Amino acid sequence: MTDFSFALLSPLAPEIFLAVAGLFLLVVGVFRGDKDTSLVGWMTVLAFAITGYLLLNGSWEETTALNGMFIMDQFAGIVKLVILTGLIISVALGIDHIKQENTARFEYPILTLFAGLGMLLMVSANDLLSLYMGLELQSLALYVLASINRDNVKSSEAGLKYFVLGAISSGMLLFGASLVYGYTGSTNFATIGEALAQQGSMGAIIGLVFMLSGLAFKVSAVPFHMWTPDVYEGAPTSVTAFFAMVPKIAAIALLIRLLFEAFPSIAGQWTQIIWILSALSMAVGAFAALQQANIKRLLAYSSIGNMGFALVGLAAGSVEGIACVIVYMVIYMIMTAGTFGIVLSMRRNGHAVENISDLSGLSRNNPVMAYALAILMFSMSGIPPLAGFFGKFLVFKAAVGAGLYGLSVFGVLCSVVAAYYYIRIIKIMFFDEPVAKFDAGVPFARNLIVGLSVAFMLLFIFNPSPLLDISRDAVSVFFHNE
Amino acid sequence: MASTEFLAQYLPILIFIAIASVVAGAAVFLSLVVAKQKPDPEKLSAYECGFDAFDDARHKFDVRFYLVAILFIIFDLEVAFLFPWAVTLGKIGMFGFWSMVCFLGVLTVGFIYEWKKGALDWE
Amino acid sequence: MLQPLAFYLFSLVTLLSATFVITAKNPVHSVLFLILAFFNAAGLFVLLGAEFVAMILVIVYVGAVAVLFLFVVMMLDTGFAELRKGALQYVPIGLVIGGVLLAELIFIYSAWEFAPSITNNIASPVTAESNTVSLGLLLYTDYVYAFQIAGLILLVAMIGAIVLTHRQRSGVRRQKIKEQNTRKRDDAMEVVKVTTGKGV
Repeated sequence: MTDFSFALLSPLAPEIFLAVAGLFLLVVGVFRGDKDTSLVGWMTVLAFAITGYLLLNGSWEETTALNGMFIMDQFAGIVKLVILTGLIISVALGIDHIKQENTARFEYPILTLFAGLGMLLMVSANDLLSLYMGLELQSLALYVLASINRDNVKSSEAGLKYFVLGAISSGMLLFGASLVYGYTGSTNFATIGEALAQQGSMGAIIGLVFMLSGLAFKVSAVPFHMWTPDVYEGAPTSVTAFFAMVPKIAAIALLIRLLFEAFPSIAGQWTQIIWILSALSMAVGAFAALQQANIKRLLAYSSIGNMGFALVGLAAGSVEGIACVIVYMVIYMIMTAGTFGIVLSMRRNGHAVENISDLSGLSRNNPVMAYALAILMFSMSGIPPLAGFFGKFLVFKAAVGAGLYGLSVFGVLCSVVAAYYYIRIIKIMFFDEPVAKFDAGVPFARNLIVGLSVAFMLLFIFNPSPLLDISRDAVSVFFHNE
Repeated sequence: MASTEFLAQYLPILIFIAIASVVAGAAVFLSLVVAKQKPDPEKLSAYECGFDAFDDARHKFDVRFYLVAILFIIFDLEVAFLFPWAVTLGKIGMFGFWSMVCFLGVLTVGFIYEWKKGALDWE
Repeated sequence: MLQPLAFYLFSLVTLLSATFVITAKNPVHSVLFLILAFFNAAGLFVLLGAEFVAMILVIVYVGAVAVLFLFVVMMLDTGFAELRKGALQYVPIGLVIGGVLLAELIFIYSAWEFAPSITNNIASPVTAESNTVSLGLLLYTDYVYAFQIAGLILLVAMIGAIVLTHRQRSGVRRQKIKEQNTRKRDDAMEVVKVTTGKGV
């Protein structure tokens, strides 16, 4: 590969730009100090926006680069745009939050940037090695972000738990990857796929099981979800918002590419695993959330449940199913952005409050916030005609289309149980006795994000087809043989 | 397994390890056998300037020691990448050269950050 | 003859010391056994012909990581006896998990089969004079992508270590080298003409 030309790197242009921007901002940050965190933060947002622009202007033809380790195609393009949107939202939410909490550190946006870079690399991974490197770049930045509020015991604990469990899951992933390599002789997804198409082998299946366990940890699918509630509760709220919105999209996209590029020939085996992960996640997400008093823990279980719903689409294994996973993740991301925007505004006397009981009687104190949260909660519980309903409806439709009747019925039941706790929040806001008001002075960016999120929930019904069509186009790359 | 000629280069090291363990083992074993062993509580107690030991030798240590150690490990790993690069520089061409320069550039930015942040100061 | 003997010796000591790592009462002993395990693993790598990996294992893991571990356990002011209390109740579940993993490994071993053509996939061994050279030929060219991301991961690790542990102390008096060096004679002293009888 010594005959090198810069044209070879053109598919990576957005990532290279983002990496260079990260290095530049690190230097800017360290010379300006923590007082200029907002500046570094908004420059990070700008860097994400420029990365998105470069991505839109680049070619989305299927190309591999750098010895087949990096792949750019329609699917990667779409998912990366979604991830960049999520990153912009999380940094915008984060800047104001850390300023309010007086924990402003310029490393915060920079670590988000490197985590984001890891996610983009994950989405484009076409080789077990690049899969692992992208995943670790992302995870390492996330571990630090979880405990960035290091003087807070809960935040340090969250980071430590996340780190130890994350390291174990990475170990499992690596062990699985080594087995897969041993039984197929390659780390390249396409070559693995070809080798397994000739003859499946027990070793590769067990390797896949280990890899799935490692990745299930990253998307917090049951039974690998233990870290989620503690980390969500302990991490600073804006970091929790980030965790809930973005990394899972990257992990799901990685999972989809791994399963459909490298292991399509043993689909019968992995569909069962996804089936079980999905059913358990939906059940735990629905039932464990019922007893939560802390809204961040509640949203953690809600996120576990929602991952279960998204995996239903993956279990279906059809074009329709995978397209629905993407649609579901996009809707969930926007819904979560709005919800966390409101959770971040739950402050009294300059301190954040996190209990569901603190929302009591919000409709009389702050009707706009109450109605916004009510719409988001209705959407989360899947009440038509809000966007959340479409997400669920589409994945179940795809599952029924693929003959997964049991899973669909089970999912609908779980969704009904889950609706109870979302609607309980609405009941508390509208029918309970009011408690003290929340602090005024919500930053503009946060209001804008909540407003857009609510608008998306309400208006999605009028024109759902573009998102669906784009997702279908994006995932068609995995079904070119059919 | 690697070829016999290759492993033969390591034979002296194996012999060295064998002799070292025999000598070390002999020292321990002989002192057990030859010396008189008459332990009593006073002989076995910890000796601290003629006083009884006050407390545990373990104390909470300043986290800065660990920070220095961790930063050392990071640069140690960076240096580890330099060895194969140095021995193949003639064959991997300009591409290999610049790929290492990029790698070092990234870590230099990290070094600037570290320096400016004051992580290397002891105060 | 010597090769299998060395193999069994190294693997036996690795396994034994790994067992002692988790059973030793004194955590310092655990770390020392860990170091022994690293050394023997390095021996196994040498037997495989992977000299460079073996030496890196010794330099990085024994020389840096294990010493950091040792440092931490020796200095950490924690009641290790208390930490161990109740560890026994996790033994059954640990055995179950270990048993499942063992069963899977046996499963894999007994079902050793793959498509014959995949032997073509395996990257052909680089015929270079030494292991380090063949690594160098691949790492900076074919695997440049992974190599550069490794650099970024190290950078994030550096940022993480500093973010989580570095504290700027207030009220510390520092030596200001620049000020010291730029000091002129006039800043420090003044020549005063003292008139007799009047004082300064």
